[in-house]
Amino acid sequence: MDKTVNQKAWFLVLPVFAVVAFSAILPLMTVVNYSMQDTFGNNQFFWNGVGWFKELLDPSTDLGGRFLASLGRNLLFSAIILAIEVPLGIVVALSMPREGWTVAVCLVILALPLLIPWNVVGTIWQIFGRPDIGLLGYTLNSLGFDYNYVSNEFDAWATVIVMDVWHWTSLVALLCYAGLKSIPDAYYQAAQIDGASRWAVFKAIQLPKMNRVLLIAVLLRFMDSFMIYTEPFVVTGGGPGNSTTFVSIELVKIALGQFDLGKAAALSLVYNLIILIVCWVFYTVMTNVGTERPAKQGGA
Amino acid sequence: MHSIPGRRLIISLFLIFLLLPIYWLVNMSFKTNSEIVTSMTLWPHQPTLENYKRIFTDESWYSGYINSLTYVLINTVISIGVALPAAYGFSRYRFLGDKHLFFWLLSNRMAPAAVYALPFFNLYSAINLFDTPWAVALAHCIFNVPLAVWILEGFVSGVPREIDETAFLDGYSFPRFFAKILVPLIASGIGVAAFFCFMFSWVELLLARTLTSVNAKPISAIMTRTVSAAGMDWGLLAAAGVLTIIPGALVIWFVRNYIARGFALGRV
Repeated sequence: MDKTVNQKAWFLVLPVFAVVAFSAILPLMTVVNYSMQDTFGNNQFFWNGVGWFKELLDPSTDLGGRFLASLGRNLLFSAIILAIEVPLGIVVALSMPREGWTVAVCLVILALPLLIPWNVVGTIWQIFGRPDIGLLGYTLNSLGFDYNYVSNEFDAWATVIVMDVWHWTSLVALLCYAGLKSIPDAYYQAAQIDGASRWAVFKAIQLPKMNRVLLIAVLLRFMDSFMIYTEPFVVTGGGPGNSTTFVSIELVKIALGQFDLGKAAALSLVYNLIILIVCWVFYTVMTNVGTERPAKQGGA
Repeated sequence: MHSIPGRRLIISLFLIFLLLPIYWLVNMSFKTNSEIVTSMTLWPHQPTLENYKRIFTDESWYSGYINSLTYVLINTVISIGVALPAAYGFSRYRFLGDKHLFFWLLSNRMAPAAVYALPFFNLYSAINLFDTPWAVALAHCIFNVPLAVWILEGFVSGVPREIDETAFLDGYSFPRFFAKILVPLIASGIGVAAFFCFMFSWVELLLARTLTSVNAKPISAIMTRTVSAAGMDWGLLAAAGVLTIIPGALVIWFVRNYIARGFALGRV
């Protein structure tokens, strides 16, 4: 669609610009300011230049060690949940009933975990996993597994991962389902005439039609898992030890726990920069989905 | 044709996996604390409404829900209000810096809340909004306004341009066209955007907790503090959790066909 050039459209966008700039630019300037300074309390600040950034990227210092360790944990976490949620989401989307009232029921139940407040997601799994009062923890322990997410690192990780799978696989499934629904029946009829196997149908028709939606799903899941804070914080509090301390948890510890403003600000900026790069990839994908759609409809 | 072998079994198992932890929460909320701690029961043997009763009668509990609802509603109104004209602008016109602005909005939607927690704390303390619903409502705008703009832009783009042109030829002024023609045409889109603003503001904890201390404390913060302070009142905690799920569960039926679209920022 051809858009007309009209600079007056800025007036339509101005309120949004004002509101978001107030909440984004001002705080970001504060962060940039802090990241160059050091403070010993009493509102006294000292110029520190790029000192914090140097320390941040140097694993031998305390700050650098903590940052790089939590970054590593976070990337591992994102990789694991993507490896589970994407295939599982596709399988669930393919298993959706095709018509009738069951479709609506499935959609509603799938969406339910997505709409639960994040701290309540944490609470649900905290209760569900406890060996003394939770169904999961109790069952596992009576089956002979020594499961306790409070004291065992592996169990803590498993709990946090299963919780994320529980919370967000539906998102992948719902996006894939939306992609699958846009495939015209004629494609399947043609495949049937050609005698294509199920696997061939999946590989040649369903997967290509889903790949844009899947890309969106992967990027969304990556971004959100990379910023995860509330759920693991409620369940494990970042422990045992530091084993489930992800970047956001570390950042909040430094900023609001120790009030180490300079360090926290430097960490924030690096963190934000990583997000910004991924976001740019995401933007390119998103806007391409928008522009390609009319062309596809025209061709079909 | 587009099904796979054993699909009924797969979808049933997955739905059970989703429902089981929620069932356990509901189950706990109807139990007494002594039943929770002393025995493992699959359903409440002595069902009690005591937990719910306490939440609805104790002001420190129910005020949390009121505080949460207040800032969520303020936020939704602001977000939709500023996003509507912007969505129209982005959808219909090309202007200086439009693409950069659109990207900038998205990057704010994606920004980690942890980064903003501290600067927001300073900012809202400085302008004396700390510990008011307005602080949280404005802070949540950073991700909800971009979200609303992106979703609404998708819906406005679905309205043919000819409608605008016809309306202007018929002598409609811009505000009148907006209110009388455009808004009714994208009413479902506004509903979806409002739902998602409501939802994302409702589920957020970190900013809401950082920006409030006493008067405007949201329910999510009250829940986390009670766990650590007053021993382990599991039944009460479970009941509070169940009550926070209800707003989402109530409206989910109406938006079920738009959920994928909302989470993917209107781009599916």
